[in-house]
Parts: sequence; structure tokens; C-alpha cells
Amino acid sequence: MMPDTRPVQDSRISAADRSDNFSDLHPPLDRHEALVEADRCYFCFDAPCMTACPTSIDIPLFIREIQAENPVGAARTIFEQNIFGGMCARVCPTETLCEEVCVREVAEGKPVKIGLLQRYATDTYMARATTHPFARAASTGKKIAVVGAGPAGLSCAHRLATLGHDITVYDARPKPGGLNEYGIAAYKTVDNFAQREVDFILKIGGIELVQGQVLGRDVQIDKLVDDFDAVFLGIGLPDTNDLGLEGEDAAGCIDAVDYIARLRQAGDLGALDVGRNIVVIGGGMTAIDIAVQTRLLGAENVTIVYRRGKENMNASVYEQELAQTNGVVIRHWTRPVGLTRGDDGAINGIGIEKTGLADGRLVGTGETMTLPADQVFKAIGQKFDPAPLGALGIALEAGRIRADATRRTSHDKVWAGGDCVAGGEDLTVASVEDGKIAAMSIHAALMG
Amino acid sequence: MADISANFLGIRSPNPFWLASAPPTDKAYNVERAFEAGWGGVVWKTLGEAGPPVVNVNGPRYGAIWGPDRRLLGLNNIELITDRDLEVNLREMTEVKKRWPDRALIASIMVPCDEESWKAILPRVEETGADGIELNFGCPHGMSERGMGSAVGQVPEYIQMVAEWCKKYSRLPVIVKLTPNITDIRYPARAAHAGGADAVSLINTISSIVSVDLDNFSPNPSIDGKGSHGGYCGPAVKPIALNMVAEIARDPQTAGMPISGIGGVTTWRDAAEFIALGCGNVQVCTAAMTYGFKMVQEMISGLSDWMDEKGYTSIEDFRGRAVPNVTDWQYLNLNYYTKARIDQDLCIKCGRCHIACEDTSHQAITHTVNGARHFEVIDEECVGCNLCVNVCPVEDCITMVELTAGTDPRTGCPVDADYANWTSHPNNPATREAAE
Ligand SMILES: Cc1cc2nc3c(=O)[nH]c(=O)nc-3n(C[C@H](O)[C@H](O)[C@H](O)COP(=O)(O)OP(=O)(O)OC[C@H]3O[C@@H](n4cnc5c(N)ncnc54)[C@H](O)[C@@H]3O)c2cc1C
Ligand SMILES: Cc1cc2nc3c(=O)[nH]c(=O)nc-3n(C[C@H](O)[C@H](O)[C@H](O)COP(=O)(O)O)c2cc1C
Ligand code: SF4
Repeated sequence: MMPDTRPVQDSRISAADRSDNFSDLHPPLDRHEALVEADRCYFCFDAPCMTACPTSIDIPLFIREIQAENPVGAARTIFEQNIFGGMCARVCPTETLCEEVCVREVAEGKPVKIGLLQRYATDTYMARATTHPFARAASTGKKIAVVGAGPAGLSCAHRLATLGHDITVYDARPKPGGLNEYGIAAYKTVDNFAQREVDFILKIGGIELVQGQVLGRDVQIDKLVDDFDAVFLGIGLPDTNDLGLEGEDAAGCIDAVDYIARLRQAGDLGALDVGRNIVVIGGGMTAIDIAVQTRLLGAENVTIVYRRGKENMNASVYEQELAQTNGVVIRHWTRPVGLTRGDDGAINGIGIEKTGLADGRLVGTGETMTLPADQVFKAIGQKFDPAPLGALGIALEAGRIRADATRRTSHDKVWAGGDCVAGGEDLTVASVEDGKIAAMSIHAALMG
Repeated sequence: MADISANFLGIRSPNPFWLASAPPTDKAYNVERAFEAGWGGVVWKTLGEAGPPVVNVNGPRYGAIWGPDRRLLGLNNIELITDRDLEVNLREMTEVKKRWPDRALIASIMVPCDEESWKAILPRVEETGADGIELNFGCPHGMSERGMGSAVGQVPEYIQMVAEWCKKYSRLPVIVKLTPNITDIRYPARAAHAGGADAVSLINTISSIVSVDLDNFSPNPSIDGKGSHGGYCGPAVKPIALNMVAEIARDPQTAGMPISGIGGVTTWRDAAEFIALGCGNVQVCTAAMTYGFKMVQEMISGLSDWMDEKGYTSIEDFRGRAVPNVTDWQYLNLNYYTKARIDQDLCIKCGRCHIACEDTSHQAITHTVNGARHFEVIDEECVGCNLCVNVCPVEDCITMVELTAGTDPRTGCPVDADYANWTSHPNNPATREAAE
């Protein structure tokens, strides 16, 4: 991809407005709000919210602890099941998880604000407590290598450390946290929360982080398998799917995930290059996030082009509405058919075609139009890169690593979880659960 | 981490949370579920004498009052003691105690008020391996019509007599469960003490009619168009229970007698308050009946976290700490001045403080300042009564602030740092007489 060299279009938005735009999407509850909200929970038996949570957090119990003004105990209840409880409180699509099934959603169409209550408890803990909520078990003398310091890898490392094992985590990037640090929308995790959370998790002890180490380049998997008692892979999805259009490598056609990583690391958001007319291709969280964030950075027209209908989008209805209230236009039932370039070779437009269903299959209708675009963002999904797996013969499935219910791969010393395994949900919380399941399986395998 | 285990009369339990004698402890199935959920002990549902058991109504037993959002605040019941055969209960108690040796198991007993009846049942109960007995002198309905329950608990002489029988015929610790349906709780407590009882537990339920059906004019719960008074319990009765506990804890004749606190305990905080007033443990009924046994997990973490925060390592570290601070009105410091303060950042401008003070109290809160809706305390009028604090929907928005120097703008009296109470106040007729 060619670097963007065009001038920053800072005149469209003041620095103050921009910083305001990137403040907390959902401001935290204060104590009064938290108590009022907690009072709404019915402490349901076999609570549907708890079943819907991929990490099975005891939601009714932690809300009751908030009611009884013990937010620290509430946080411990959360951390017992999900050590990333703080991040999950910020980024979980609760509208399709716990809050969707809350009995008060059924009764009144207004679920208990579980995500915000979870944030209240975990924030209170992290602000107040000087100690880690858990103590390590006696040392087992076992050593485990974890590759990838994202939610899957660190969740696995934390659980294993708690059980008394010694962990070394290798990660390719300069900073730990995976997409928590480089991918999640900036307004969901303000004030350097991703790094503060990693620091909190590491306080358990027994976890050594080695950043800037790429599996397949600096460390080799067969060596890890030899040197350690077990290996866990949580390496995510490093590549982006291509549009398959001519001109995809021109200036102005950008990988959304790369751009968001730069946005997340930018010291000065004003230094980012922002188009006037932006078109985003895709229908998932990444598409929504890049669309909203470029709008907030000052783009004038942002359009999401998605080939199917509203209900087919991976992004929830809530996320779609978030984009729309931020002035993003979502064009359902359209697909890109060609990129147009100006004299300088950079993108200046995109041709799109209306789509429809014929016999249940998606087809183009032949009706086309061109949208002006100085930036086109590709957000049509990430893909796995098997190269780092070397020649160990780890089996793949649907292009990702195959793992069983305990997250063990076809190699008996290697476990894997998070986005890099097949059949997952590609959510932070699901990755945390994978890491936890794998840790329990590794522990069982090593301790007999 | 704090140690929340309790030792009550030598009866140890991993935490001070027991289930009170009531439906949650009616049979092995419930009790074992309770122990699995973490409860420290149970007082088994009250046993009656051998022979055909009592019968319950076959219609509704409960009525309730609710706060906003249908939060259950008070529960009323017309249930009697256990309606299961004595032998079945005794067998199950024996089995459960054997399976759960680390949990407290207390037998609650109510038999007719004659020596033979008590003499007959006590050895049977002892055989079960129960850790102690609780004498149910409390039920205000049904059983009292038959000369038992509160009919005994309202006559101190009977209490003393039965307690003496129990000490005579059993080696188990004896807890006397008191009825609150009495004017001065100290008399039955003193009687229990005099009879040699090891402890008292309180309160049992309060006689009540919870509501009246305005279609058929029957009290609720309605049994075929009629109702009888029931026993009231749940969060609503906690203040009554706390006062009664405090009265016993600070009565010189009963001071130091172990107390098991009962009445409205719902969270760790309620439990801590009972313990601060001297209780060695607490018993819970309504909260468990509302939320299920799992609620004890909140009580366990809450009490332990609070103790950690305060640096208390055991329950004894704070037990009874509030007792010396319960005193008579006449000893309250009349030189202690407070004024209400409204935090304008927290104020949501509902006006409840203003109207409460304006209509019913001292006209000490503004509603308009410089033409704008604004609620502010007028120190010249504020008597420091705390009403506004209690009616404000936002916690901590209105607080009472102590005056520490200068004069009270209302009375013009200098704020005196020295303690002075009614006994020496010039307006007190007794003081005047003494001076004359
Ligand atoms: C733009 C975007 C927004 C998202 N928003 C949300 C959201 O709001 N809510 C939500 O629940 N989910 C969201 N997701 C999904 C979520 O971020 C992922 O599901 C989750 O981060 C996956 O965790 P992981 O640990 O499997 O992988 P990652 O978070 O991707 O972490 C993988 C780690 O492995 C390292 N690594 C990769 N390859 C190597 C190698 N060869 N050698 C060494 N280290 C390597 C990487 O540096 C990285 O640190 C979003 C995803 C994207 C892309
Ligand atoms: C349905 C019901 C039945 C009860 N039965 C008994 C009983 O058999 N013996 C007894 O000593 N107390 C009995 N009680 C009283 C409770 O043990 C307890 O003292 C009272 O409910 C106050 O506690 P609470 O506010 O936690 O409910 C009963 C209470 C209820 C609600
Ligand atoms: S489903 Fe809703 S009301 Fe029920 S326990 Fe969960 S949060 Fe509370």
C-alpha cells in the first residue's frame, strides 16, 4: 500500500471538537446512577444474562453486590470469570448478549444496563484496590509459552499463572493488548485503558511479556514446543481480505484495520489523513468503527456500502444506528464494482451496483452509480496467516486453526484460541473465554 | 482476609449467617440446598409434639407490601409450625447434621406449656445431634390461640419456667426466641436470663394485617373471604428488631447475654449492624424466601470485604461496638448543632426538600433565588432536623454539617464545644427544682 501523502484537512474540525468526539462513548455511571440501575435487577434464578455471557459472569450476584454497596466484591465476582471484565464492559455488544435476554428487556424493553454496571464495579476496583484480586497457587514448575498478547493470550496466561505455572508471552507488536490496544474504537476505551488493564492483569505475577517477537521470524514454533511444557497460540488474524478490484493498491484505498491501529496510536489525531468523501466496504464492527471514527475526525460524507440487508449485517442494529446518528449513510444491497482514479493516480471515486436476491442467491441488478471518494476503506473481514505455524502440521479448518472444545489443536502440546481458531465469534469476550478454557485444559493435561 | 466464622454459645459455623426457623428450613431438601449455597447454619422449622401434626390452611398464607418497582419490603404470613410428622423431622435432622458437621443445626421447639411435654421432646431432639435448641415463644398467630408461641412469650414468668425445664432436661445450649408483640422487650429477655437460658434470639414476626381487599372486604391473605392477623417480617421490621436488640444489649440485667439477631436481614450491611449492636450471629428468613439461598454469597463477600477495609480480622473485633453509643434521649448533647447543606452539583431540582420543610417543618429551604428555581438552606431557620436528607431522592445530595464555632444563626446561641444535656438544661423542671 502506498503511503498517504496528501495534506491533513484539519480546517474541517477544531481540535477541541475532535477531542470531544473521542471522549467516552458511554460515560461511566456515577455512584447514584449505579445504585439506581442496580436496584432494577431482579436477581433472577438461573439468570438468562449469565447464560448469554460467553464467560458466564455471575451477573445477578455482582449486581447484588453493587446494590449492597460492595463494588469491590462485585468486581471480584466479575474477574473470577473474566479477567478482562473492564474491557468487556466497554466493548461487548451487550445488546446482542446479556442485555438482549435480560428479563426486563422482555418486561419493559429496557434491560438492566449490565455493561455499564460491570464497568462501574471494575473501574471502582482498579481505582481503589492496591492488590490483585487473586493469589497464585504454589508453583508447579511447569513452563508455558503463549504467543500473542491479545485477549485470548493474556486471558490464558493469567489463568495459568493463577494456577501456579510460569508463563512467557511472545508478541509481535511493540505494545501488548492485541486489538484492545490497536483495534477497538478509540471512544470505547479512552484514557489508555488497554495498557492499564494489561498492567492490572500482570500483577498476578509469573507472566513474562516479550514484545516485538514475531512467531516464524524471531521465535519458531518447534523450538517453543521443545522448550516449554505447552504452547498456546492467540495470534489473531493479521491479514485483511481483498476487494478483488483493480486499483486496490492505489493511494486512498486503505485497510481499515491498519488505519484504526494508526488512529489508536496517534499522539495527535489531527495528524491523521482524513478524506472528505469516504466510502467503507463491509458490514461488520470494523466497518462501523472506521465509518464513525472518520466522521468524528472530520470527514464530510461517509457511506458504508454493504451487499446485503440490514438484518444480515454482522454489526448489530444498535451499532448500525450508532453509525447513522453520527451521520454515516448505510447503503444496504449495494456492492463495489470498480475504483476510479484521478490524474495523480489516487482514488477519486468508486462504482457501486445495486444487488438483490435471485433464487436465494446474491446477484447484481445491473443498476450502477459512482460515488465520489477520496478514501475507500476495506473492512470486509480479516484472515488468518498460517505461515508462523511452520511445519508442525497443525491442522486448519476454514482457513483458521482447528481446535477442539478444550481449545487443543491437532498437535498435543499446542492449544489455540481467539480469532485465530475456526468457528469463533470474533469478539473480545469470546477470545477471553477461549483463553480460559485452554488454560484449564492445559492445566489438566500437565497436572494429570 | 478477614475470618468471618462465628462461635455462638460454643456452636461454630463458617459464617454468622443462619437461616431462621421457617419454610426455608422445613425439611432436609431445603436445608441441604442452603448448606450447598453456603449458609453457616439453620434453625430447623419449629417442631411440635409427637402425634398428629398441626395443619395449615390450604389457601394463601402470605401477603406483602412492596416499594417502587415491586421490591418486597414486608411479608406477612399465617403459617403455623411444621406440619410434618415429628419422627420424619427428627430423622432428617440427624441425617443432615451427620452430613454437614461443620454447619450449625438448631432445633426450634414449641410444645404445650407443661413440664411433661418439654421433658418428652428434649431427649428426642438431643439424639439428633443438633447443636442447640431454640424455644419458639414467638409465633403471633394460630399457635398463640392454643396457648403456645407468643401467648407464652408475652408472659415473662412462663418464659422463665420453660427455660428452667429445658436447662433441667437437656444439656444443649438454650436459645429463647422472643416475640416483639410486647411493650417492653427487656422483661421477657430478663426472664429468659433468669431461667438460665444461654441466649435470646429476636425478633419473631409482628402481629399484622397487611392489606384489606376492597372488593370483598376481607383482610389479606384471604381464606374464603375471611382473614386473621398474621406475622410481619422482612426489611420493614428491621428497625424494630434493631431497637429491641439494643434494649437487651444495654440493659444491665441482661448485658453480655448472647443474642442472635433476626428481622429483615437482607444484605451484609444489615448483618453487620445487628452484630455491631451485640449480636453473635444473625438469622434470615424473608430475604432468602425472596431471592433464594444464593443471596448468602453477597453477604459473605460483603461482610468479609468490609472487615478487610476496616482492618477487622474477626467478628469479635467489631461486635457490640455500637452498644455504648445507644443512650437515652436525656443524655444527648444539646450543644451539638447541625445545618443541612445542599450540594448544588448533585441537586436535580425536584423540590421535595423544599415542600417537606415548607409545608411540614421549618420553612428553611428556598425554592427561588434571583428568579431561578434554586433550593438552598436558610441557616436562620434550619433546626437541623434531617427531614430534607431523608426525602431527597439523591443520596448524599443533602448532608448535615456540624457547626463547630461561632453562633447558631437560628437561636443566636454560641456554639459551645462542651457537652451539655437535658438533665442540666435550665428549661428542665427537674433542674429548676434542684436549683431552688
Ligand atoms: C476494528 C475492530 C473493532 C473491533 N471491535 C470490537 C468490539 O467493539 N467488541 C468486541 O467484542 N470485539 C471487537 N472486535 C473483535 C476483537 O477485537 C477480537 O475478537 C479480539 O481482539 C481477538 O482477540 P485475540 O486475542 O484472538 O487476537 P488479537 O486481539 O488480534 O491479538 C493477537 C495478538 O497476537 C499478536 N500476533 C499476531 N501474529 C503474531 C506472530 N506471528 N507472532 C507473535 N505475535 C503475533 C498480535 O500482535 C496481537 O497482539 C473488533 C475487531 C476489530 C478488528
Ligand atoms: C412463613 C413463615 C413461617 C415462619 N415460621 C416460623 C416458625 O415455625 N418458627 C419460628 O420460630 N419462626 C417462624 N417464622 C419467623 C422467622 O423465623 C423470623 O423470625 C421472622 O420471619 C423475621 O425474620 P425475617 O425478617 O428475616 O423474615 C416464620 C416466618 C415466616 C415468614
Ligand atoms: S436477566 Fe436482567 S433482571 Fe435478571 S438477573 Fe440478569 S440482569 Fe438482573
